[in-house]
Amino acid sequence: MALKYDDVVAKYEPTLGLEVHVELNTNTKMFCGCSTEFGAEPNTQTCPVCLGLPGSLPVVNEVAIESAIKIGLALNCSIAPFSRFARKNYFYPDMPKDYQISQYDEPICVNGYLDVEIDTDEGVKVFRVEIERVHMEEDTGKSLHVGGATGRIHGAEYSLLDYNRAGIPLMEIVTKMVPGTGKYAPQVARAYVTELRDILRSLGVSDVKMEQGSLRCDANVSLSPMGSGKLGTRSETKNVNSLRSVERAIHGEMIRQGNRLENGERIIQETRHFLEESGETRPGRSKETAEDYRYFQEPDLVPVAPDAGWIEEIRKTLPEKPSIHRKRLQEQWSVPDKEMAAMVNAELLDTVEATVNLGADPTKARSWWLGEVSRLANEKDVAPTELMTPAQVAEIIALIAAGELTDKLARHVVEGVVNGEGTPAQVIEKRGLKVVSDDSALMSAIEAAIAAQPDTAERVRSGNIPAAGALIGAVMKATGGQADAARVRELLLNHLGQGN
Amino acid sequence: MTNIFKSAQEMSSALVAKEVSAVDLANEHFDRIEKVDGDVHAFLHLDKEGALAQARDVDAKRAAGEKLSPLAGVPLALKDVLTQKGIPTTCGSKMLENWRPPYDSTVVTRLKAAGVVILGKTNMDEFAMGSSTENSAYGPTHNPWDLSRIPGGSGGGSSAALAAFEAPLAIGTDTGGSIRQPAAVTGTVGVKPTYGAVSRYGLVAFSSSLDQAGPCARTVLDTALLHEVIAGHDPKDSSSINAPVPSVVAAAKKLDVKGMKIGVIKELGGDGFQKGVSERFNEALEELVKAGAEIVEVSCPNFEYALAAYYLIAPSEASSNLARFDSMRYGLRVGDDGSHGAEEVMSLTRQAGFGKEVKRRIILGTYALSSGYYDAYYGSAQKVRTLIMRDYEAAFAKADVLVSPTAPTTAFKIGEKADDPVAMYLNDIATIPVNMAGIGGMSLPCGLASEDNLPVGFQIMTPAMKDDLMYQVGGTLEAALNSKWGSPLMSQAPALGAK
Repeated sequence: MALKYDDVVAKYEPTLGLEVHVELNTNTKMFCGCSTEFGAEPNTQTCPVCLGLPGSLPVVNEVAIESAIKIGLALNCSIAPFSRFARKNYFYPDMPKDYQISQYDEPICVNGYLDVEIDTDEGVKVFRVEIERVHMEEDTGKSLHVGGATGRIHGAEYSLLDYNRAGIPLMEIVTKMVPGTGKYAPQVARAYVTELRDILRSLGVSDVKMEQGSLRCDANVSLSPMGSGKLGTRSETKNVNSLRSVERAIHGEMIRQGNRLENGERIIQETRHFLEESGETRPGRSKETAEDYRYFQEPDLVPVAPDAGWIEEIRKTLPEKPSIHRKRLQEQWSVPDKEMAAMVNAELLDTVEATVNLGADPTKARSWWLGEVSRLANEKDVAPTELMTPAQVAEIIALIAAGELTDKLARHVVEGVVNGEGTPAQVIEKRGLKVVSDDSALMSAIEAAIAAQPDTAERVRSGNIPAAGALIGAVMKATGGQADAARVRELLLNHLGQGN
Repeated sequence: MTNIFKSAQEMSSALVAKEVSAVDLANEHFDRIEKVDGDVHAFLHLDKEGALAQARDVDAKRAAGEKLSPLAGVPLALKDVLTQKGIPTTCGSKMLENWRPPYDSTVVTRLKAAGVVILGKTNMDEFAMGSSTENSAYGPTHNPWDLSRIPGGSGGGSSAALAAFEAPLAIGTDTGGSIRQPAAVTGTVGVKPTYGAVSRYGLVAFSSSLDQAGPCARTVLDTALLHEVIAGHDPKDSSSINAPVPSVVAAAKKLDVKGMKIGVIKELGGDGFQKGVSERFNEALEELVKAGAEIVEVSCPNFEYALAAYYLIAPSEASSNLARFDSMRYGLRVGDDGSHGAEEVMSLTRQAGFGKEVKRRIILGTYALSSGYYDAYYGSAQKVRTLIMRDYEAAFAKADVLVSPTAPTTAFKIGEKADDPVAMYLNDIATIPVNMAGIGGMSLPCGLASEDNLPVGFQIMTPAMKDDLMYQVGGTLEAALNSKWGSPLMSQAPALGAK
C-alpha cells in the first residue's frame, strides 16, 4: 500500500467508537432459569422460554440487573431510575423469537466515562473515553455453518444451531465518539478494552474471556482529513477476539481507510471482519440501507425501576478500581514505572499478585513470571498462565528461599512442570534435583578436587582467594550442579585455612 | 337422565353427591360431542384418553375421601391457543398443525390441579385474529342457535361448545373482544378479567399488552367458579398481578345492586347498533333499576378512536410475536428440499402457513413500527390508549360499573362479512376499549333480538382489579332476567343433532 501508518496519521485524524458486549456470569439466563455454564453439550441448557416456544414469557433475572448497576457505577454512569426493555426485530435462524429483547431508548445506565493511560512520546498521558450507555440484552444462539468456502450462512451446505447461549445475559457498553487520539488510537482502543475488562473482572460480573466470547468488541473507526473538522464515514469491525486484535484491527483499518481516501475512494459504511492472520479486515455483508429493527417496548416485561437505596447499597460494595489497585501494588512492591508497565502489558499483574499473595517475594515473583515462564511461553506460543499456576511459582520461590533449590535447579524444575512432569515437588523428586546440602558429601568432593589440583590448592592456602574458583567449579561439576555454590566456597576456604 | 344440560355448579353438586362419576360425566359429554359437533365444529382436537384419565383420578380421590376443588371432575373445553403438554396446539393455523407443546400453560396447570377435566381444544380464528371463527385454517364453527351463522370470534369454538352443551365450562382469550363477543352471539357468559389477573404463560401471544385469558360458561356463577381456579399471581408472567384474587364467587351469589351506580356509555349505543340489540339492552337496564340500581349516563369521547388505535397496536405487537414462526425449530416447514437457503425456507413457510387475515395484520403491524412511521402510527395509537384510560377513569368517578351492548349486532351469516375486514372489525367496537384500558369486562345474555330471534349480549365493565363488581351486577341481572323469562335463555336454544 502506498501510505504507511505514520503517513496516514500525519494526514488524517481518527475517531473511535467502541461497542463491547459482555456476557454476565450469572448462574441462570437473562429471562429464564436455564444454566449458563460454558461448554455443555449443545442444546442441553434450554427451556420453552429461551427457545422462544409459542406462549412462553420472559422474566427478568434480578442478579443481571444488579450486575448492570455495578457496571454502570464502576463506569461513572448515571443509573436510570426507570428503564425499559425493547424488542429488536430481525429474522435469523439462531434467534429463537426472531426478535432480541434488548434496551433501546431507555437504557439502564447512561453518560459515564473511563480514563485510560497511554505511554506517549511525551510520557504517560490520560485519555478520557466517554461512555454513552450500558444496556442489557439477551444473547442469541450460536450458528455453525458447515460446508461452503466462507464458514458463513451463504453458501453453507447446512447449519447447526446451539441454543445453550440463547438468553445468556449480555451487557452492551457503548462509548461516545472518541476524538483526539491521533496516532495513539489503536493503543487507546486496546487500553480502554483492557481497563474495561479489568474493571468487569474486579466486579466479578463476568468471566471476561475474549477467547470464549464472553467479552466481544466491535471497533468503529473513521478518518477525517487533519484539521477539516468533518467526521468521516465509519466502518465497524467485528470478530475482534483478543486485546492485541483490538489494537491491530484499528491499526489495520486506519491504514486501509487512509489509502482509500488517498486514492479518492469512498469509505463504505459497513461491517467488516477482522482477520487474525493478516491483521487486516474484510467486508461483511454490506447493507445497502440501514436495517430497520422496528424497536418497540417489550410488552411482556415491566419497566426496571431500581430503588435509589438499593443503588447506594450496591455502590458501597464496589471493589477498588483496577487503576487505583495498580498504583497501590506498585507502591507496596516498590516497582519502577517501566517494570510495572511491563507486567501490565504482559497481562501478568493479577498473576504476580496472586503469587505474592501466596507468600512469594514481589520482585522474585515478577522476575520468574516475566522471565523464565514468559520465555518458555513465547517458545510455545501460549500464555504464561497456561504453563504454570501462581501456586507452583510461589512453591519454587519458597524452595529457593529455603536453600533447597538454586536458581539454576529451579529453572530445571520450571521446565519439568511446563513439560507436564507434575508439581514442582514431583519434578524435584523425579529428576533428583535437590540441592546437595550434606556437608560430608561436599567435603569428600572438595578433598577430591584438592587432590586433583594440588597447585591450585596451594595458591589458595597462600592467600590467592580468587584461585578457589577453579576448585569450586570442579566440586560443582562433580555434584552435577546440585550443590549450593556458596556453601561449597565456605567449606573449601575453611578447609584451606582461609575462613574467617 | 343426562347431566349435560346442567350448569357446572349443578354438575359439581351431582359429583359431590356421587349421583354421577366424573368418568360418566366426561363420557356423556363425549357422546354429545359425537352427536352434534359434526354440525357445530366447536372442537379441533379431542383428548378422550387424557380427559378420562383425569376423570378417573378425580373419582379415585373422591372415593378416598380427599378434599377436592369445587370444579373437580367437571368437563371443560380449552381454546386452542393455550398450550397443553403433548396435546396439539394449533391456534387455528396451518403453521402449527403438528405442534405438540412440551409444556403446560399456567391456566392448564391450574385446571389440572383443580381436577377439571379438559375434553379437548376448541376452534378459533387463526392466532385469535377475527370475530367470526371463519379465519380458522380448519374451517368455521357454526352457531348452535342457527348453524348458518357465525359463533363470534376469535373464541367461537369455546362459546359454541357451551351453547351446544358439549361442555359446561370453557376457556377463552380476549384481545379485543374474543371472549365477550362470542359469548354475546351464542347466548352464553364470558369474562375478560382485568389484564394480569390470569397468567399469560402458555397463551400463544397475539398482542401481548392486550391478551387476557378468561372463563366462559352458561351462567355467571359457573364463570365465577372457573375464574377463581385460573386467576392468581404467576411468577412466570411479569405482567401478572401480585395481589389476592377478588372473591368473585361470593360476588356472583350476592344478588344485590341496591344503591349501585350503573353508567351507560353514551358512545356505545344508538347509530350502528341493531334495533333488537338496543331494545334488549334497555330492558335489562330496567331490570337493574328494579333491583335498586341507579342509571347514569357517561361519555367517553375518545372511544371514537379506539378501533383505529387498536388496529395499530394489536397488529404491531402481532407482527413481532408471530415472527418466531420461521420453521426453524417447530411447526410447518416448506421448501426444505436442498434448493433453498434458510431465509427462503422461512419466507416460503410463512407464505404457506399463514392465512390472509394474519398476513394482513403482520403487514399492517410491520408498517406501523417502521422507522419514519412509528411516531405517526404506533406512537399515536399509544397516546389514544392513554386517552381511553382517562375516559374510563372519568366515567368510573361517576359510576361503579359501566355497561353497553357487547356487540352491535346479533350473529351474522357465515360468509357475510368475510371479504370486508372493516365491517368485521366493527363487531368489536364496544369490547375493544376494555382491552385498551386493561380493565375487566363481562358479557351475559339479555334476551333474543326481536328481528332474528338471536341472542343479545349485555356488557358490564369494571375498574381494574375490581372484577368482583361485574360478577355482582351480572349475577343480579341474570337472576332478574331468568325470573322474568321463567327459565334461562339457553333453554330456548334449538335442539341439535336431530337429523
